[in-house]
Amino acid sequence: MTDQKPLLSVRDLQVYFHLDEGIVKSVDGVSFDAYKGQVLGIVGESGCGKSVTMKSILRIVEPPGRIMGGQVLLSKRDHPDEYLDLTAMNEKGKEIRAVRGGEIALIPQEPMAAFSPVHTIGNQIMEAIMLHCNVNKNEAREICVQSLKSVGMSMPEKRVDSYSWQLSGGLRQRAIIAMAIAGNPRLLVADEPTTAIDVTTQAQILRLLKDLQRQREMSILFITHDLGVIAQMAQYVVVMYLGRVMEKGPVDAIFHNPKHPYTQALLRSIPSAQKTTKTKLPTITGSIPHPFNKPKGCPFHPRCIDAIKGKCDVELPVEYIVGDQQFASCFRYEKNEVNNR
Amino acid sequence: MTQKKGSSSKQNEFTMIADKENAEEFSSSASEEKVSVASNWKLVWWRYRKNRLAVISLFLLFFVLTIIIFPDFYANQYSEKTNAREAYIPIQKIHFFKDGKVDLWAEKLVGKRNMKTLAMEWVSDPAQSVDVQFFGKGFQWKFLFWNTERHLLVPADASTRIFILGSDRMGRDQWSRLMYATKTSLTVGMVSVLISVLLGVLLGGISGYFGGTADMIIQRLIEILNSVPYVPIWMAMTAALPRNWSSEQRFFAITVILSLLGWTTLGREVRGKFLSIREEDYVLAAELIGCSKFRIIANHMVPTFLSHIIATGTLMIPQMIVNETSLSFLGLGLRPPAISYGVMLQEAQNVKTMAQAPWLMIPGLVVVIAVLMFNLAGDGLRDAADPYSK
Amino acid sequence: MASYIAKRLLVIPLLLLVFSIVIFFLIQAPPGDFMTTYSAILAGSGSSMDNEQLNLMRIDYGLDKPMHIQYIRWMGKLLHGDMGLSLLYMLPNTKLIGDRIGLTVLLAFFSFILSWLIAIPAGIYSATHKNSIGDYFFTVINYIGVAIPNFFLALLLMWICYDLWGLNLVGLFSPKYEMAPWSWAKVGDLLSHIWLPSLILALGGSARLTRIMRANLLDELGKPYMITGRAKGMSEWALVMKYPVRLAINPLVSTIGNYIPQLFSGSLVVATVMNLQNIGPLLLQALSMQDMYLSGSILLVYCLLAIIGTILSDMLLVWVDPRIRME
Repeated sequence: MTDQKPLLSVRDLQVYFHLDEGIVKSVDGVSFDAYKGQVLGIVGESGCGKSVTMKSILRIVEPPGRIMGGQVLLSKRDHPDEYLDLTAMNEKGKEIRAVRGGEIALIPQEPMAAFSPVHTIGNQIMEAIMLHCNVNKNEAREICVQSLKSVGMSMPEKRVDSYSWQLSGGLRQRAIIAMAIAGNPRLLVADEPTTAIDVTTQAQILRLLKDLQRQREMSILFITHDLGVIAQMAQYVVVMYLGRVMEKGPVDAIFHNPKHPYTQALLRSIPSAQKTTKTKLPTITGSIPHPFNKPKGCPFHPRCIDAIKGKCDVELPVEYIVGDQQFASCFRYEKNEVNNR
Repeated sequence: MTQKKGSSSKQNEFTMIADKENAEEFSSSASEEKVSVASNWKLVWWRYRKNRLAVISLFLLFFVLTIIIFPDFYANQYSEKTNAREAYIPIQKIHFFKDGKVDLWAEKLVGKRNMKTLAMEWVSDPAQSVDVQFFGKGFQWKFLFWNTERHLLVPADASTRIFILGSDRMGRDQWSRLMYATKTSLTVGMVSVLISVLLGVLLGGISGYFGGTADMIIQRLIEILNSVPYVPIWMAMTAALPRNWSSEQRFFAITVILSLLGWTTLGREVRGKFLSIREEDYVLAAELIGCSKFRIIANHMVPTFLSHIIATGTLMIPQMIVNETSLSFLGLGLRPPAISYGVMLQEAQNVKTMAQAPWLMIPGLVVVIAVLMFNLAGDGLRDAADPYSK
Repeated sequence: MASYIAKRLLVIPLLLLVFSIVIFFLIQAPPGDFMTTYSAILAGSGSSMDNEQLNLMRIDYGLDKPMHIQYIRWMGKLLHGDMGLSLLYMLPNTKLIGDRIGLTVLLAFFSFILSWLIAIPAGIYSATHKNSIGDYFFTVINYIGVAIPNFFLALLLMWICYDLWGLNLVGLFSPKYEMAPWSWAKVGDLLSHIWLPSLILALGGSARLTRIMRANLLDELGKPYMITGRAKGMSEWALVMKYPVRLAINPLVSTIGNYIPQLFSGSLVVATVMNLQNIGPLLLQALSMQDMYLSGSILLVYCLLAIIGTILSDMLLVWVDPRIRME
């Protein structure tokens, strides 16, 4: 996979929110690569910056948030070796609007609120199609019906004219996915797509996403706080905490051989069906600090059992290579080679 | 809210700001604790204080309240003192300096008859001046239990008259009349809102708390009242008042008439609040420990939205003031000898009169200012009324 | 939908019945009747009528009958489309009102349209440019618009126009057309006069509407569908116009029901100040002269107009919001 050029490369991304009370560094130096045909999982607790990362990839961070540094590089469709720098584009310009929905599409968090309640879903999907494909209204409707069919919606010809609130949660999520793939994007960004729906439907939606990804050779950027879903979906995992990447690596390595204390603690806190002893489920000690008083040094050090005094609370660790394609930003691996990419 | 509480919390705010300046050391726990122990009204005041315009308006309203209570002090002559020779006198300017020294004086106006139009024309005579003074002696009035002759601003020579805001067709002093009009108009506005609020809380409360048939009837009543144009109905109602009623009776009747249609908005709001609060656990808990219905409503439910009621009420006052002014202006509200903004504005019904004596429109300007103050204060209060939101 | 409209329409007669009783009670409540006022006027002008003559006239007009009989007679006539005779003008009320009803509705309609035409763009601008100079400008205008009673605004404008240009902004027609039969030229003349009272009437309403529009739109601009729209690649302008503006207008439509009665109220006062020939000044005259059937009829017409307006607004709301339509 290393030989292949990434489809999307996020390099040292920094997104700050300038509030009256001070600056919140929501994303503070995040880097990762997404490859063609790969499902990349980003996992972290709420407030770790994963949604802001998603928004900055699409360049839809709302003020007072601003991208302060770093790059988001997207390979060109016709020349995969050449890259577009999305962070350099005008936020409201034509270029980035062609990327949104056309190259990178979003599956938003709440399927209920993601549609306007006074426009039919067909109207809203056709809009996405007409923005990116050079077609007229009738053709767009045809593509829309096809798209609804491909996400497994029955009676798509009829459902085209229904309103979002007339559909069940699962169908609504399917309609959202249909809208996302309608513009034929290369990368799907799924922001917690299954949190708002029940478990059975959740499994169906996950299967659908995986099928679509295989059929269309898309990449998926899967953002969630649910480690179970990540294990099921992703091939490569990025673990975030307080706006920084703690560890990243192939899914097996992350789950079976985690290196970073945070990842380890996170995995320990998952209830397991196999365990029979009635022990208390371990939790990570302490709580997530207030965004205004982010700790100095490694953001995890106040809660880390291995924190080295005078080191972890002072310096910010870089990424060290801890395995094949596996990196951890932790001074524990100070002697390892530094990831220069 | 007393002054003392206000100043102590001000100190706390400074420490909060200091915290904010240093984001690194910003500790949310201290301010959170302060917020969590503060009473509801304290929280409302803290939020209200942030709205500068609302604070200024509130301050001005307190000042206006003194006019309502002691209009005689602010007036400098009897409101009905007429003099045909002193009709349509323009605004007499008051100066605070003379020859570089602090000295209070008013321009002396001299009337000359325009021989073409036969109208009096008043011009300032620079050679003459009228001495005026603060807290001087004028006509006698009653301050609480004591007779006094002190007034805010009077001419030094009690036998002359000054017209700070000009005079009307009958030579009555607008400034003095405006003070009494303020008292009348604002009292009508506030009292009718008070009655509206009582009606609204009572009927809305019955509707929301008991539901069923009562709710149905009250809801239909509100719907009917809301689909009626108020002014024609008010006009018909005031026209129906017996003509031989005294000013006081008429004043009271109009206040009631205004509130009869005015309570619906509040009634609806209160009903909504009752409907949502009725389901809350603390109401259930109160019911379970055997509180009476009245106690639950008065002690547990109403306090939760009292600040809302006050905010809505404050925003209704300007409406009522405008309504009274419009009705009186049309001749169907208060009538002379009562003095209200509308009654005063009747003097300005004719374009030619207005062109000749534009100062007759000052009462209208005062209405606008009064309405603005109430609106700004009410908006501030409404935004602050729910201190737990956001 | 059809059944909903039918239901609403069926309520109209019921409402009118309630109103007619209340109104009848009101108009005959003042002590004395038209004859009392009439004789007072006659006395004032030097002539007089003896009591016998007055009583004969009373019997003639049925003013001697008990209240409920008078009411039933009035209602009976109303059902046949007869609003009775104006004692003041000695003309059928139907004609008096009929002559002026068109202008009444037209004035309200124009100010309604104007207030929306002002409020929606201003609200959109304020919300999309929150805390900009333009936003503050509109906010100040709105505060003043709400604070200024519309009769006072009319007075002010009349004074300014008279003082600056010597114009007397009174009436809806130039003197030339006042008595003329309807023609295109007269319509043109009307249109050149009606905009000012419409604007005066519209200002207060549009100030309120702008505030609601701004608040609604600010709410909508934070909704998740905005993220969906942006992620689709829509331009910000197209996105704002298509979704949040459309959604923010819905609650605005639901305010029409309360706004229309207010417009008629306001038009009454402004019409009196500016001497516009609608039914407002007529009502004022009828009330002060105790011409009870004329004032009763006008009051009833006002109520009917307001009810029709409310029902139209309800239907509009059903039409614009599919969520209500499909319930």
